[in-house]
Order: sequence, then structure tokens, then C-alpha cells
Amino acid sequence: MIGAIRKALRIGFALIEEPFDRLFGPALNPLAQLGALGFFFFWIVAVSGIYLFIFFDTGVERAYQSVEYLTREQWFHAGVMRSFHRYASDLMVVMVVVHLLREFAYDHYRGVRWYSWFTGLPIIWLLYASGITGYWLVWDKLAQYVAIVSSELLDWLPFFGEPIARNFISTGTLTSRFFSLMVFMHVAVPLFLLFIMWVHILRISRPKVNPPRMLALLSLIALLAVSIWKPAISQGPAVLTKVPAQVGLDWFYLPLYPLTSIWSNGTVWALLGAFSLMIGLMPWLPPLRRAKPAEIDLAHCNGCARCAEDCPYEAIRMVGRTDGMPFPTQAQVNPSLCVSCGICVGACPSSTPFRRTQDLRTGIDLPEFSLKELREKVVEVAGGLTGSGRVLVLACEYGAAAGRLEGTVILPCVAMAPPSLIDFVLSRDLADGVAVAGCAESACYNRLGIKWTEQRFAGERDPYLRARVPRERITTIWASALTAKKAEAVISAFAARLATLLPKRLRSPLPVSESSRPAKAREPAKLREEP
Amino acid sequence: MSLALRLAAQFAMIAVLFAAVAWFSDHPAYRQIPESTAVMMLTFVHGADRRGECRRLTPEEIAKLPPNMRRVQDCPRVRRPIYVELDVDGRNLYRANLPPTGIAGDGPSRVYQRFVLPAGKYDVAVRMRDTARTAGFDHERRDSIDLTPDQLFVIDYRPESGDFIFR
Repeated sequence: MIGAIRKALRIGFALIEEPFDRLFGPALNPLAQLGALGFFFFWIVAVSGIYLFIFFDTGVERAYQSVEYLTREQWFHAGVMRSFHRYASDLMVVMVVVHLLREFAYDHYRGVRWYSWFTGLPIIWLLYASGITGYWLVWDKLAQYVAIVSSELLDWLPFFGEPIARNFISTGTLTSRFFSLMVFMHVAVPLFLLFIMWVHILRISRPKVNPPRMLALLSLIALLAVSIWKPAISQGPAVLTKVPAQVGLDWFYLPLYPLTSIWSNGTVWALLGAFSLMIGLMPWLPPLRRAKPAEIDLAHCNGCARCAEDCPYEAIRMVGRTDGMPFPTQAQVNPSLCVSCGICVGACPSSTPFRRTQDLRTGIDLPEFSLKELREKVVEVAGGLTGSGRVLVLACEYGAAAGRLEGTVILPCVAMAPPSLIDFVLSRDLADGVAVAGCAESACYNRLGIKWTEQRFAGERDPYLRARVPRERITTIWASALTAKKAEAVISAFAARLATLLPKRLRSPLPVSESSRPAKAREPAKLREEP
Repeated sequence: MSLALRLAAQFAMIAVLFAAVAWFSDHPAYRQIPESTAVMMLTFVHGADRRGECRRLTPEEIAKLPPNMRRVQDCPRVRRPIYVELDVDGRNLYRANLPPTGIAGDGPSRVYQRFVLPAGKYDVAVRMRDTARTAGFDHERRDSIDLTPDQLFVIDYRPESGDFIFR
């Protein structure tokens, strides 16, 4: 059931992300920046809120009047700020909800990722508490409605002696102190929200808390345009002797409020409790089968820290040397944080398939899919390639080429393949070219796999792809699993292009080891045709 | 696509999304009660009598108590429930036994009930029993009222005066 929902959502996201990718490019795609945009809108809400506080008056009558003054008479700055405050708050809800759905769709909530998922739950509660307390301050008809329904909801809980809602049914019971209390709440709750947002990203390596500048600028200008086109306004002063019969609801913050008049308050609380319980338990239901975490082989670790640098999960840290080798540090894996993506294997300078030892060992390796097994798999698969334009595909198990059967080696992440593996394949003439096929660029399953691979190939990140490796014999495909046909077309075109190239002159200086078989005789290209 | 055109398209996309968000921030409007109706609310907080009478302690009983906790009377904490009825045009709209609040049952009883009625004239009668009596009522009020559309008509109780308030 959960798997079916996740699959449907993943298809939905892939369908939306593709046009977004085309329009914005992977770097600016807002769907790949949801968390960062959430932080961005938080800061807009914070700054605009501080500005509005200058004009706000905490009095039963004056609260509404002060908001009207800043909205009508000072519309060109304070009014715009009010719209910024309102719409950025709404956008933050949108970012949080879409972020949650996307992380669920891409299975980014189980295993070691439980922490970020779980700490997202209090963020939702605090975000809603922040927004709802803000609506009370305006003290218009909507505020009156929000105050009554919120307090009726709170009164259902067995904590309060006297119903709080009684404060909002007649004039005289409400004092200015109430607004002072609400201002305090509206400042304290968002501050706590910011703290939990920090907790939320604690375990994420290189978290994106700022969107790209161009996306931020475009968002800011769009927010300004919308604020001028449709300024946030009040809905008439609260009159306690009247029922706020019709209100313009903020459907992002108050979608459950109408339910209180359809169901009972207890049912609404039950719904909220069930939602929270479900979100809280989801990382463990159903459990994720976890591969064994990466292991360090100290005999091959020189403490270079590249694995720790590249790990997207902060699962590796450098500690003092324990084996007496003349290096100051060694890598240490925290098994509870490791997802076995293998990016560390690709980062290790010891991970070179050219090693002629029978038992290929590296500084850090995956027990369930070692570098030695990877090399053997590559050699085996390459042995099956025939014809001219032989393409060996190194595919991410979550990417577009994961379903290929022939000429393909599936990896947990393409960044597991050290650049020297490409060199190995081409210099040993195991294939005419190598296609590296990962996830969609804006939806890398392991967050940094695509980035690190590209930087290694471009010579910007250790370990580099050697300069002698002919770049025209390498192609990268960043596409989601839903675009398998497109990926296949790219591979076919790449194979055809390879067939036209002159024979390779690249040869390893080392003699061919037993682990690499000579290539088969050339035959016409036979690539699997798409139906 | 040129850079300027691409940026314009990106801006347009973001602006459309933001405009949709701005629209849903107060649309569509929600109506919580039908047109030409009003809300009658019965709400009060009131503690009924204690369940039992206070008993004067004997000198021996007082002497047994710790010196800092000596008192002359032993009063039960638990309060009685309050029985309340609300009739509108002779038809019973609400009746309930309101238990005392608090873990020990020594807090006041409370009621907070909303009734949506068409606007118009009504004869309202509210009655309450907060003592040990089993028949009749300790407090009662009857009145004719005229509800206007969207009016919030509140029936409250003032323990200080022992009267129901209509406002």
C-alpha cells in the first residue's frame, strides 16, 4: 500500500520535474531546492515580521487599527511587507508539504534518514502554531473566527479549567494583555521553529539552506509583484456580538478549521494525532533492508579524508591513528549513519582497479559489493559486449538505466565507481566507451553522487579522472527511472558515435592482468532496441 | 532560448505559482453558518454545592492531626454535578448533567454549547439545579428574544448574583 502510494507520487514528481528541469535547469529547479526555499521564506517572514512589529499596537481596538493603518496609509512599504509576511508564510507551508511528499516519494525517510524525517514533524506543528498565532494579532473577523475555533479546540483538551473560548464571546473579557501574550507567542514559537529547523539538518552533510541566488532573486521579485497585485488585507474588525459568519480562510494554514463544525473537536484532534503518529512511525514501517555499512581497511588507508569529505551522510569521521602507521589520522565509519551508497569507495585513492593483487583491497569498501566484485562484474559484463561501438554502462540503481540487462553494471550510486575504473575499462579495451547513468540531476538519490562524479571527471575533485582518458568515449546520463527510453536513446546514439571514432591508442603502461580479459573480436553493433 | 527569454519564462512560472498561493490565502470564502441564521450559545462556569455537609471535628480528632494541619471542620471536596436545561419555544434544546471538573472532582462544572437557529423571535427558558434537591430548579430565567442574522446570543450565568444573563 505504502509502496504503491510512493510509486504513484514518484511518477507524479518525475512528470512535474522534467518540464521544470527544462525551464530552470537542474541547478535552479525549485523542486530540488524545497528545503532551501523553506529557509528562504522563513527569513522573509522574520524580516517582514520585525518591520511590521514597528507599526503594530497591542490593544483590543488599536491592534486592528494599527494593522489597517500600515495596510492602507503606509501600503507602499508596510503594506507590501504585510503581504510579504502573509504570502511567504503560505509559501513556507507549500514548501514544507511538497518537501515532505517528495522525500516520501523518493524513499528519503527510512534507514539513517529517519532523523531528518522525524524532526520534520515538530517543524510542521510549530509552523502551524506560528501562522495561527499571527492571524489572531490582526483582530479582524478572520482573527475572531480563528480565536474562537482555536480556543474551542484547545478547550477540548483536559488541561484548562475554564473554557478559553469564553474570552471571545463578549466584549469586556478581552484585554490588551491578551495581545501582548499573542505577540510573545508569535515571536517565541517561530524562534523555536528556527531552532528545530537547525536540528532538522544537523545530520545532513552540506545541507542546502540557501537557494541559488538567481532563484532567490526571481522569487523575491515575484513576491513583490504578487504583493502589489493582490495585497494582503484585513476582513473587517472583529465584533464579538456577531458571528464571523463568512470569512476568507487561508487554506494553507486553516484547512482543518471548517472540519470542527462538521466533526467534533475530538475527531479533529484524533485526525491530527493519527497524522502525527503515522509520520512519526513511517521510517520504521515497513523497515528498510539495509546493506552492511562501509568498512575501513587500515592497511590501505592513509588518512587522506577524501571519503569523509565526500560522504553525503556525515557517516565518516577522521580519528587518531590506531595501527601505528606513519599517518596522523584514519577514517572511521559510524554504522548508524552509513547507507552503503559506496561514494566513499569512489573517493578513496586506494580504489584503483589497476592493482594487480589477486585480492583487490582498498581503504574503504562495501562488504556486500566490494571494489573487487565491481571490477569482476565490469570485466564480466564487458566480455559480453560485441560489435563496434561497445558501450559499458555504469548505472545507478535508482536512475534511468537501472532496468538495463545487457552491458550494464548496476551500482548503489554512480559515484561509487572510482574514475580509475573508467580508465581501466578503456585502457584495457574492455569497451569502446563508458556511459555513466545516474539519477535525474535534480533528484540524486544520494544527494551528492552526481555532483561528485562530474567534479571528478572535470578534474575539480579528488580523485581525478586522468587526463589521458579520452573524454569523447565517456558520456553521462542524468535521468530518472521513468525516462528509461530516453536514456536508451542516448546510449544508442553514443554507441553509434563511438563506432565512428578512430581506434583507441590509450593503453595501460601496466601489463594486462588475469582479471581483465582481452576484448572479443569486433562485430557490428548490436544494441538492444526499444520497443 | 536566449538568457533574457529564459529568465522571463522562469519569472513568469514563479509568479504564477505565487499568485495561486496568494489567491488561496483567502479564497474561496468559508461560511460557517447558513445565511439568515444566528448562534445561541449556552456557556457558564459554576461550581455546585459539595456532595456532603461539613462535619465538626471532635477535640480528639483535632489533637491527632499534625499541629500545622489542624482544622475544626472536615469538608468533602467533591462537588455535585449541575443539571441544566434549555428550552426554545417550549421545545427542549439541551439538557445535561454537568460533572465537576478536576481530578478530585472539586472543580466547577462547565458548559459551552452552540446552537444555530434561524433569525427571528423566540421564547427562551433556561433552568439549573446546583444543590442537593432532586426536583425543581435553583435558578431559572425565561425571556423573549429577537435574533438577528449572524447574531451571537449568549446565555451566561453569574454565580455572584445567582442570575442567568442574556446578552
